[in-house]
Amino acid sequence: MEETLTLVIATLAATLRVATPLVLCAMGGLFSEKSGIIDVGLEGKMLMAAFFAAATASLTGSAWAGVGAAILAAEVLALLHGFACITHRGNQVVSGIAINILAMGLTVVLGAAWFGRGGQTPPLAGTERLNPIFFPVAGDNILVYVALLSVPFAWWVIDRTRFGLRLRAVGEVPLAVDAAGISVSWLRYRAVLLCGLFAGLAGAYLSIAQNAGFSRDMTAGQGFIALAAIIFGRWRPVPAFGACLAFGLLDATAIRLQGVKLPGIGEVPVQLIQALPYLLTLFLLAGFIGRTVAPKAAGVPYEKEH
Amino acid sequence: MQELTADAAIELRGIDKSFGSVHAVRGASLRVERGSITGIVGENGAGKSTLMSILYGLYRADAGEILIEGRPVEMASPRDAIGHGIGMVHQHFMLVDSFTVLENLILGAEGGALLAGGLAAARTELARLAGEYGLAVDPDARVADLSVGEQQRVEILKVLLRGARILILDEPSAVLTPQETDRLLQILRLLRDRGVTVVLITHKLREILAVTDKVIVMRRGEVVAERRTAETDAQDLAELMVGRTVRFDLDKAPAREGETMLAARHLSLVDGRGVRLLDDISLEVRAGEIVGIAGVSGNGQTELLQVLSGIRPPTGGEIEACGRRVDAAHPVDPAEMRDLGVAHVPEDRLRQGLVPAFLASETSILGYQDREPFCHNYLMDGPAVGRYCADLMERFDVRPRAPGLRSSNFSGGNQQKLILAREMARNPKVLLVGQPTRGVDIGAIEFIRRELIKSRDAGCAVLVVSVELEEILSLADRILVMFGGRIVGEVAAGEADERMLGLMMAGARAA
Repeated sequence: MEETLTLVIATLAATLRVATPLVLCAMGGLFSEKSGIIDVGLEGKMLMAAFFAAATASLTGSAWAGVGAAILAAEVLALLHGFACITHRGNQVVSGIAINILAMGLTVVLGAAWFGRGGQTPPLAGTERLNPIFFPVAGDNILVYVALLSVPFAWWVIDRTRFGLRLRAVGEVPLAVDAAGISVSWLRYRAVLLCGLFAGLAGAYLSIAQNAGFSRDMTAGQGFIALAAIIFGRWRPVPAFGACLAFGLLDATAIRLQGVKLPGIGEVPVQLIQALPYLLTLFLLAGFIGRTVAPKAAGVPYEKEH
Repeated sequence: MQELTADAAIELRGIDKSFGSVHAVRGASLRVERGSITGIVGENGAGKSTLMSILYGLYRADAGEILIEGRPVEMASPRDAIGHGIGMVHQHFMLVDSFTVLENLILGAEGGALLAGGLAAARTELARLAGEYGLAVDPDARVADLSVGEQQRVEILKVLLRGARILILDEPSAVLTPQETDRLLQILRLLRDRGVTVVLITHKLREILAVTDKVIVMRRGEVVAERRTAETDAQDLAELMVGRTVRFDLDKAPAREGETMLAARHLSLVDGRGVRLLDDISLEVRAGEIVGIAGVSGNGQTELLQVLSGIRPPTGGEIEACGRRVDAAHPVDPAEMRDLGVAHVPEDRLRQGLVPAFLASETSILGYQDREPFCHNYLMDGPAVGRYCADLMERFDVRPRAPGLRSSNFSGGNQQKLILAREMARNPKVLLVGQPTRGVDIGAIEFIRRELIKSRDAGCAVLVVSVELEEILSLADRILVMFGGRIVGEVAAGEADERMLGLMMAGARAA
């Protein structure tokens, strides 16, 4: 009995650990998508942030400097995305993919040039990492709590504030926002910057909280999983949070399932288990759920006739 | 002069605006007195909406001056206009469908960083306005669930909530039922009586005469006349709107009518929102005649062409085309219509007539691409298509004669000639043509019209839809006038004159 309880608690803790970057990323992506800017580049932002967090923490010895650097790195990419998609009305998906490719290449090249460890940063320890606060075994560092708080925060901002109202409006009918005398571009830039903030925190979590250093491609598609969670949550914070937890649980269970013989099936191959979250993502993104609730102007650059 | 300026709520001086090569507004000057209802009338493309968009800061004028209550102002964006007490109700509503009425009302004037206070204040204010002006709307209803008339009321409320002293309405009755329109006019009178200055842009003379104090007439981007409503009538205004234009005189033999090739009986079309776009349309087009459909755009002509060409199925009534019956239960697709011998030159050349990125040769067979000799066994025969296109270009004088050039690189007139060539080359039994010469240079206009008459003389049944009255008069053997989705009159070409048609087009008279 006690054993079962321990197992359940351990699995839940693991779920929360795995879901934290997804939740942060999804809340960030939500702000961007609500404003009508699709963000395929969450993955790249998170990766870049993870690298700069670890690199800065290792050089300065301060985890907090790492968090700052992560946010800064993600914001630079967010501004780049905004510049391409808002100012120059470029294709949002193309810009996002370009950011992903840029991040993938740049982190490895800079890592190799600065640390010479095949793209990895030196291992971090002590104050170079964000350490658990209450339960050392559970890994409850500050960013886990930030992630948990980000959900009511996102809901409150989107639902209850002036900024949120305008954000929702600009993602639906930008022309109405323009006619009301509000700047469409400035609203969307603020949304994209908020997105960068959260993606930066997600990246920092990966390299200086969950792990002890950066390794190449360490995001491993979690930015896309967060995107799937947004869609699965129908662009609403609480359901999106639920989707992130579901992905986290799947991942945590997958780890437990490794090497376990299931009755009637036998030992499930590790690769298949590891592929589960991705398969679920694909399944969801391939249109298993209706797209009708997406912000109407998502992906459409706002162009005024002149 | 100084005194006059003092009572003017709005004064525009020498406003000029071009979009690329289109000179939309030419040195327009006008005055709108405070606390009055002023109508601005004109045909489509006369520049009314552009002028008002400039006043509201949506467009910037290339030249000219705007004075609000006697003071010169700069209108760089709608924010400036709102700041000067101007509110605009656009033809296409600026509402967020998924929001509630209250949320839409406070957007842009939330009264603080948090919504709760603004929403509560708006709710109280809404109740007051509802009482004062009879503008009742459920504040918690989603806009998507409201009728068009109610949505418009939300737009007007939005403007009033911001404390606007000047209200501009762009074609407010375009989407309203007659009852909703009457209601709107009542509201406008109430607003005027309470000191609001109202500017009403419309092409419907009846409304102008019913509600305005003064009328300003625009034509081709210019302000051509100004009248006290009490001192004018529909005939006078129609004449001013249409103007005296030069007629292209085409020597045209009388029509030799054959049997009916295309007939519509009690055709109707109702869209998803329940708006009746076509209402009990019956018409016949016989071989060897040109039937012209006149009307201000937006009165159902576009939808009529869509239904007749098989793009949209009718919701009621039936069509008989070259012996085939079409109704709601037996729809037809455009390819099938083409096979029956019904060719269609669409109104919107660039969206429906051709693919701008395609080569001229590809455009010349669009819709016929699966036929011999262009295609054998699923493979396109490029050289054959090229030769065919070169031949069409020669016959229809398309310049330059370059089948390998992108369609978008041809001038409007030459694009139109190419599309016409494509549709006419197969000697269709019925030819539907929408706006044959819209955006076409003068030289090509005459050519296109002659070709249409030639095809009539060869026994084709031709239906021409045009907003250019002069075009209808010079081409058609019989003229039908559309207004509000109905055919409101039929006139033989010999008996028609512009004034009479103009009145019918404005819905002021039925024949």
